[in-house]
Amino acid sequence: MARYILRRILFMLPVALLVSFMAFMTVHLIPGDPARILLGEYATPQAVKALDQQLGLDKPLPVQFALWLWQALHGNLGQSIQLQEPVLQAIQDKLPVTAELGIASLLYALILAVPFGIYSATHKNSWVDWLTNVFSLLSTAIPNFVLGLALIFFFAVDLRFFPPGGFVPFTNDVTGNIRDLILPMITLGTASVAVNMRQIRASMLEVLGQDYVRTARAKGLSERRVSYVHAFRNAVLPVLTIVGLQVGSILAGAFIVETIFLWPGIGQMAISSILAKDYPVVQGVVLLSAFAYMATNLLVDILYAVLDPRIRLDK
Amino acid sequence: MATPTDFQKPQSIEPRASVATTSRIVRFLREFWHNPRLWFGIILLVFVIAAIFAPFVSPYPPLLYHPAVSAQGPSLAHPLGTDGLGRDQLSRVIYGTRISLSVGVASILVGGLIGTLLGIIGAYFQGWVDQVLTMVVDTLLAFPSLILSLAIVTALGPSIVNVTIALAIVRIPIYSRLARGQTLQVATEEYVAAAVASGTRTHKILLRHILPNIFSPLLVQATISISFAILDEATLSFLGLGAQPPTPDWGSMISDAQVYLNSDPWMMFGPALAIVLIVLSLNILGDALREYLDPRSSANVPR
Repeated sequence: MARYILRRILFMLPVALLVSFMAFMTVHLIPGDPARILLGEYATPQAVKALDQQLGLDKPLPVQFALWLWQALHGNLGQSIQLQEPVLQAIQDKLPVTAELGIASLLYALILAVPFGIYSATHKNSWVDWLTNVFSLLSTAIPNFVLGLALIFFFAVDLRFFPPGGFVPFTNDVTGNIRDLILPMITLGTASVAVNMRQIRASMLEVLGQDYVRTARAKGLSERRVSYVHAFRNAVLPVLTIVGLQVGSILAGAFIVETIFLWPGIGQMAISSILAKDYPVVQGVVLLSAFAYMATNLLVDILYAVLDPRIRLDK
Repeated sequence: MATPTDFQKPQSIEPRASVATTSRIVRFLREFWHNPRLWFGIILLVFVIAAIFAPFVSPYPPLLYHPAVSAQGPSLAHPLGTDGLGRDQLSRVIYGTRISLSVGVASILVGGLIGTLLGIIGAYFQGWVDQVLTMVVDTLLAFPSLILSLAIVTALGPSIVNVTIALAIVRIPIYSRLARGQTLQVATEEYVAAAVASGTRTHKILLRHILPNIFSPLLVQATISISFAILDEATLSFLGLGAQPPTPDWGSMISDAQVYLNSDPWMMFGPALAIVLIVLSLNILGDALREYLDPRSSANVPR
């Protein structure tokens, strides 16, 4: 097991290096001199040169990359221009806020998808099954910013059930925090509900046709016990991969949802940094989200190997 | 499993129409009515026609502003209302179809082509070529796709061309992986060995013998990923990173309408409905195409 994990991590290293290089290059691809862009149009040539030196931009590109990587490995992702603080500090401060929204959305997506997915598989072609299908089709076709604005209109502007946006820390006001959370959570998680539901339905249908399920039925177990205990346990593995991939789409979706709902997390910071040309922040967020995504997928692979020993032998 | 009762079921007997052609038309219409997929085909066709003939079908020029009628709800003169500058929303939605469809199709064509070539080359040549290409693809896959396209647009600057480039790059890995897997299967076929033995040049083997035989899964993937490219384009434009004003674009129209959510919620309706309808019809047609080309394939196609 340890060897399997070690091999996976070793395999990830070159990709991690390339990922860092790409994040590094996002700033260097920008046409023109970054120092001039940072300082604005009216900067003196001396000031530009000084900043060039400070940022290490006067050195050859490979050297710059090596220096940048060395700094990044030591937790220095540079200084935010807009926020006047280290990038890593800014990301650390906003991480819990984004994590709350992200985890809530993932949970919402699973809690809703599991019962409906199982039910539509065990009651194929029922009206619930039909409804689940329509829901999946629709929710993958509605962009999350449209869903978010529609929810704001109906539930915040019209009905006034929830605030249209904003954020209260959990430690200050628990109910206020949850009221703020509901609409962004639904906006961010709904597309994943559909994906999970489809996956659960498909893998349940596959498992339900297998011999051991027939055996369980033949033993006289109740249909509910057969589907929820015997079949679901084996149907859940593929769902794990999907949930791993969803961490990526939830992370990216948070960029938009946080912007719409004024949720002060990493996503909102990233979008405002992109618009304000605060490149060190953009670079840091892109780099760290790629690493978070890679780590999640590694974790899923490892979990998979723990849950299903056959996989370790295959690779 | 056939049970004896199957035989006893009454067969449905179609009443014969007196004129053969009428019955054919009726049957066609009936089939059409019962096949919702065709409906979505028609919707897609309407979008394509609207995009091509935008100047002829839109009631007003898309940039014509008329402050006196700004931010109005639907009316006879403006079926989808007007935006904050009094521009006709219907006309702007129609013109927006052009951007949406062309970015969607262009990014998938470019990304699909590059990805497919990388996949075929990697799988055919194997060895270090394959390893390097796989690593490049894995790197692209390490980023959540929207975040990668955001980063690329940030680097290149906000514009509709750069959005197309970003969305093309983001789609490379899907095609590369798909093409690689398919090529690995096809390359072991006898006709490829025969082509190699008869001295056919490598590029000819790749393009004439391998590509046509791995084409259908790629086509299915393309239909479905056009819809995702359209969604991503709308998202980037919504964030202000895609089409720049005054270009009529669905995403930026929704972004403009956001301010009027309290006073004129209808402003959002047109572009939002357009996005949902076009994505829905592309997804449904993609599913239909997959079933037609490969009835065995499973229900999940990666984004």
